[in-house]
Amino acid sequence: MSKHSLPALPYAYDALEPHIDAQTMEIHHTKHHQAYVNNLNAALEKHPHLFDVHLDDLLAHLASIPEDIRTAVRNHGGGHANHSFFWTLLGKGKAGEAKGDLRKAIEGSFGSLEAFKKAFSEAAATRFGSGWAWLSVDRFGKLVVHSSANQDSPIMDGLRPVLGLDVWEHAYYLNYQNRRPDYVASFWNLVDWDQAERNYKDALLR
Amino acid sequence: MTHTLPALPYDAAALEPHLSRENLELHHGKHHNAYVVNLNKFIEDGKANATQSLEELILASPDGPVFNNAAQVWNHTFYWRCMKPGGGGEPTGRLAEAMARDFGSFAKFKEEFAAAAVSQFGSGWAWLVAKDGKLAVTKTSNADLPMKHGQVALLTCDVWEHAYYPSYKNLRPKYVEVFLASLVNWDFVAKNFGAA
Repeated sequence: MSKHSLPALPYAYDALEPHIDAQTMEIHHTKHHQAYVNNLNAALEKHPHLFDVHLDDLLAHLASIPEDIRTAVRNHGGGHANHSFFWTLLGKGKAGEAKGDLRKAIEGSFGSLEAFKKAFSEAAATRFGSGWAWLSVDRFGKLVVHSSANQDSPIMDGLRPVLGLDVWEHAYYLNYQNRRPDYVASFWNLVDWDQAERNYKDALLR
Repeated sequence: MTHTLPALPYDAAALEPHLSRENLELHHGKHHNAYVVNLNKFIEDGKANATQSLEELILASPDGPVFNNAAQVWNHTFYWRCMKPGGGGEPTGRLAEAMARDFGSFAKFKEEFAAAAVSQFGSGWAWLVAKDGKLAVTKTSNADLPMKHGQVALLTCDVWEHAYYPSYKNLRPKYVEVFLASLVNWDFVAKNFGAA
């Protein structure tokens, strides 16, 4: 049995500047993400056998989670999974462009990389309130762009994430204030497409 | 009708040090204003009824962009009036009596209201509402608001992150504590209660 813990960031807090500032990264990681981890652990303490279950499996089977902690697992388990996923996707200087099988699949599903980026940016801009924009693989291996409210994970809907963008205001407010579209545009300077390609291949295997 | 951004009922710096000028200028001049601009655009495009008042639009619109923007115009206008420089303290008179009756005490009310504000997951609002003469604390997600649930709003605290991030960053509990201790305009709340 092991409690969930905050993963270290795979880069320094200032590594994503000027697109995402060091203070935003530090608060986002050490305060927001840490709170999701703490609250998830606090919920699972009430049903400790669930510490042995992989987080993805908890999220994929929310209906089977004991009712008294179901919302906490959805919110804080989702928050932990989403943020852990998000950090690995970012890295300045790794951006480049989509390539390989993922590039082909994106062009097959959306017509072109540009058309995909437009659809993804639109999903990120129009998610009302707090949430995430996603590129996911559906149950039949097809790529889909969608968004989710709050900390809901694609895994809860039987989808597997390839790319995700946090559009909670805490993700961008210090640097961009109300200008969410500018933050979304900057995301394309940070995407680690090698990691996205790995996510895509993993998603197809499940 | 064309909807307009109401002026703040006080100077943007008037709530300092509790909420910074920058915090209020962004919140009012950018966020609140964007909801007004979006709503007017929907009216111009024929997606929202030009003859309805703001309240009528809110009550008539299903979940979606028109409802979201109309409700957020109303919510913010109401929120500004719920605060004043040198606010806080305690309600008096009929409202104080109703609080003692429905919550046990003012301290209990504050506890319940703060818990609602802190635990609203994601963006939303905490409320003191009246329904059938009885007071209750509620919370709503995103743009949702009491009138949609047959309740009369008496007091609200905006817990979208943009409401407090420039002043408090992730420390929502601190913002809520300061809101109750130093910002609430209890005269406005009492007036709403008198009309409920």
